[in-house]
Amino acid sequence: MKKNAHLVLALGMISVFALSATAFGVSDAFKNNIYNPGPLKPTDSVLKVKVGDYAPEFTLPAVSGGSISLSQYRGKKNVVLSFVPAAWTPVCSDQWPGYNIVRDLFDVNDAILLGITVDNIPTLFAWTRQMGALWFPVLSDFWPHGAVAERYGVLRSHGVSERALFVIDKNGIIRYIGVSDINTRPRLEVLVKELERLEK
Amino acid sequence: MQERERSRDMNVKRIAVALVTIAASVALLHTLALGRNLPPARGAVLPEINLMVPENAGHRDYLGLEGGTSFKIPQIKARAVIIEIFSMYCPYCQREAPEVNRLYSIIENNPSLRGRIKLIGIGAGNSRFEVEVFRKKYNVPFPLISDEDFSIHKCLGEVRTPYFFGVKINDDGTHQVFYSKLGEFGGAEAFLEQILQLSGLKEP
Repeated sequence: MKKNAHLVLALGMISVFALSATAFGVSDAFKNNIYNPGPLKPTDSVLKVKVGDYAPEFTLPAVSGGSISLSQYRGKKNVVLSFVPAAWTPVCSDQWPGYNIVRDLFDVNDAILLGITVDNIPTLFAWTRQMGALWFPVLSDFWPHGAVAERYGVLRSHGVSERALFVIDKNGIIRYIGVSDINTRPRLEVLVKELERLEK
Repeated sequence: MQERERSRDMNVKRIAVALVTIAASVALLHTLALGRNLPPARGAVLPEINLMVPENAGHRDYLGLEGGTSFKIPQIKARAVIIEIFSMYCPYCQREAPEVNRLYSIIENNPSLRGRIKLIGIGAGNSRFEVEVFRKKYNVPFPLISDEDFSIHKCLGEVRTPYFFGVKINDDGTHQVFYSKLGEFGGAEAFLEQILQLSGLKEP
């Protein structure tokens, strides 16, 4: 009985270790500058919008300068909002560089991509420079802290956002919401399929 | 009194056994951690990894595979195989893609190398769709294989990308890793020279 208890203890420790070994492939572009927070609770917020709702308006500062409002695309472009949790972390650092090589998939669907995190502009500046020249705006939802993420219902309890995608049509209506497990990157094909369903 | 001493001894024994168990577990975890984090080094053999046979007939011919659904690296018909662990999400892999293509062209255009050195890419955490995006974007002429669940990436030490392995395949079917390095390789000619020297395909 006691031997079994020790075996359970040992196996338990091994299982915890194995489960915590979340695989991710970090680009060497970030060298050893990626902070790994370890596995996190997959989701940690409650959506405040749903498909069919008008997307809440916002204006946020862009890393490239100036600010961008969601409404400036109304009647002109479909919009994809890509919230990622934090700069300099494993999965986030290998998400937007992929979007950076598929501009044609956005263009053909008359869509613009807006990348958003709750980090401040200087942090986002340094981080996104490692990704090469990005074709899409990166916006800072730093102050008031995470206000836009909060309005959409994707602000986690510790102050970072979820890993979430919102597809908004030219009329400002939300057509798709994808809140991923924060520990994994959403498949590109899912987003592309949603873009292809939009009116061009 | 004797009863109390016996009970104390028993408790000491229990604590000792628990400590030994914990120590053994920690040692095992440490070994597992090391095993997982180290990519196969020069002189080592690759872990058992099964790759999906490419759907593209030209790619199957290039690798010298005859049917089946999966294959192992040593089954590739070549004297040496260069494996690139890449990701469509990796800026350096994107940046180096044209140079890796050029390496392929140099090999294929040299009659003494063509058929002896083969290239293959493994897309760490990339779905087949994502691998296909990368292939089309950069017109990659050699086979790229999806490792959607990171299982191969994990076996190969969870390396950052791009990472290059050189594997020598012997006549008896055995193999050795002769190159194992993180990061962009730089110029195709210099890299190829290094591959030829280290694999023994060219005498120093």
